Amino acid sequence: MNLTLRIWRQPGPGAKGRMVPYRVTGVSPDMSFLEVLDMLNERLTLEGADPVAFDHDCREGICGACGVVIDGVAHGPQKATTTCQLHMRHFRDGDTVDVEPWRSRAFPVVKDLVVDRGALDRVIQAGGYVSAPTGSAPDAHALPVPKADADAAFEAATCIGCGACVAACPNGSAMLFTAAKVTHLGRLPQGQPERPSRVLDMVAAHDEAGFGGCTNTGECATVCPKGIPLETIGQLNHDYLRASRRPAGSRP
Amino acid sequence: MAVSGVLLVLFLVAHMVGNLKVFVGAASFDHYAHWLRTLGAPLLPGSGYLWIQRTVLTAALVAHVWAATSLALRARAARPVRYAHRRPVRGGYAARTMRWGGVIILLFAVYHVLDLTTGHLNPVGDRAHPYGNVVADFAPQRWYVTLFYTLAVLAVGLHVRHGVFSAVRTLGQRTAAGERRARVAALAVSVGLCAGYLSVPFAVTVGLVG
Ligand code: HEM
Ligand code: SF4
Ligand code: FES
Repeated sequence: MNLTLRIWRQPGPGAKGRMVPYRVTGVSPDMSFLEVLDMLNERLTLEGADPVAFDHDCREGICGACGVVIDGVAHGPQKATTTCQLHMRHFRDGDTVDVEPWRSRAFPVVKDLVVDRGALDRVIQAGGYVSAPTGSAPDAHALPVPKADADAAFEAATCIGCGACVAACPNGSAMLFTAAKVTHLGRLPQGQPERPSRVLDMVAAHDEAGFGGCTNTGECATVCPKGIPLETIGQLNHDYLRASRRPAGSRP
Repeated sequence: MAVSGVLLVLFLVAHMVGNLKVFVGAASFDHYAHWLRTLGAPLLPGSGYLWIQRTVLTAALVAHVWAATSLALRARAARPVRYAHRRPVRGGYAARTMRWGGVIILLFAVYHVLDLTTGHLNPVGDRAHPYGNVVADFAPQRWYVTLFYTLAVLAVGLHVRHGVFSAVRTLGQRTAAGERRARVAALAVSVGLCAGYLSVPFAVTVGLVG
């Protein structure tokens, strides 16, 4: 396959960027999207040009490092798939494909397609933890968890913090990410002591980071590579309302 | 956003039910309008209830527009550099048109009050007999008024469809089954409102009500 990639090139933070077209030839349908970028970068390096900077680590869909917006869709056209797991068989010979970084004030571009997703870490720091001493791994079923709660918590815990929800959201909101963390901990017994303060603090950190407000459009859940469901945001809103009704003094 | 929106939807339902009195007859419709103005008498002064309702509605509207504006400003600030290529994947037309749709509905409401409440833009404009105003408004030769009302009501339907769904979710409804129920309920409310509102102008235009 031969493709034209139009890639966002930006030399550094705050610098002016633009879309630059590149012809790539000899693409195999079995390659992943990142392998096409690798191939392009080998050529650019040999030509003495600056290779395209992009983020990646595990290349197996579990670390959350690799997201880019492909033809206007975060992580590209394939549902529930990260960019590293996206294969070229989903494209056609001769396609022109636009590749852009996540666009969010909270995610400044470091270079080309690499953004700084530290804002998500700050949301986690605000409350995405339990302070109950957990020690070494407990025996299975030492602490009974109802099946429905265990399933919901596990589903939410699969969030890899990639930030695609932010990239896709018309409001630039990170509410799906925040809701996944709130649901993950809030549905488990260990998460109960800090449940009210967690949701209030994480939403405050979310707003502080410059993310937009959620209007339930659902773009986030549609692009999420882990299929985090929109209903987690309902859970977050539920916890938030309950926590804000408690008198301030009773917060842990 | 959700609380003020719920108030506005409650008004839409009450207003629609009131409008349907057009089918009972001129006396009933005019009596209803008169009743609205004497409701609460003698405890309240003339039109006292109506002014309470107008105050609550205006407060809800101001809160709604203020919340919408601050959300829109935050959204704009949250993405200073736009995408060169952007494709909505969910394709929720209603959700994507909330902001401009809301502005259009607001402009319609201003026109509508000048038309059927104050009578300034109505061919008859007799404040004591709203039935006659409605009949004159949607007469067949004023098809463009009917068309404009139709478009406005459809815009309201779209706005309410996403609005009701979103409000239910914001107010803490949190299960997957509940999400599906919220979608169905929002669709039902919006189709019901559209049908109820549109029945009046169309009935006048085709001569069922005259
Ligand atoms: C095509 C359908 C509609 C018809 C036939 C209709 C008819 C009327 C009439 C006859 C009145 C005056 C009542 C009176 O003088 O007692 C009125 C008032 C009003 N309508 Fe509608 N209406 C329609 C749709 C709407 C919609 C969709 C909205 C919301 C955006 C709306 C908002 C209002 C408001 C706010 C007032 C009250 C103004 C006031 O007295 O304070 N109407 N309508
Ligand atoms: S919720 Fe989904 S899209 Fe958002 S950060 Fe987590 S895995 Fe990525
Ligand atoms: S590189 Fe780890 S998820 Fe794609």
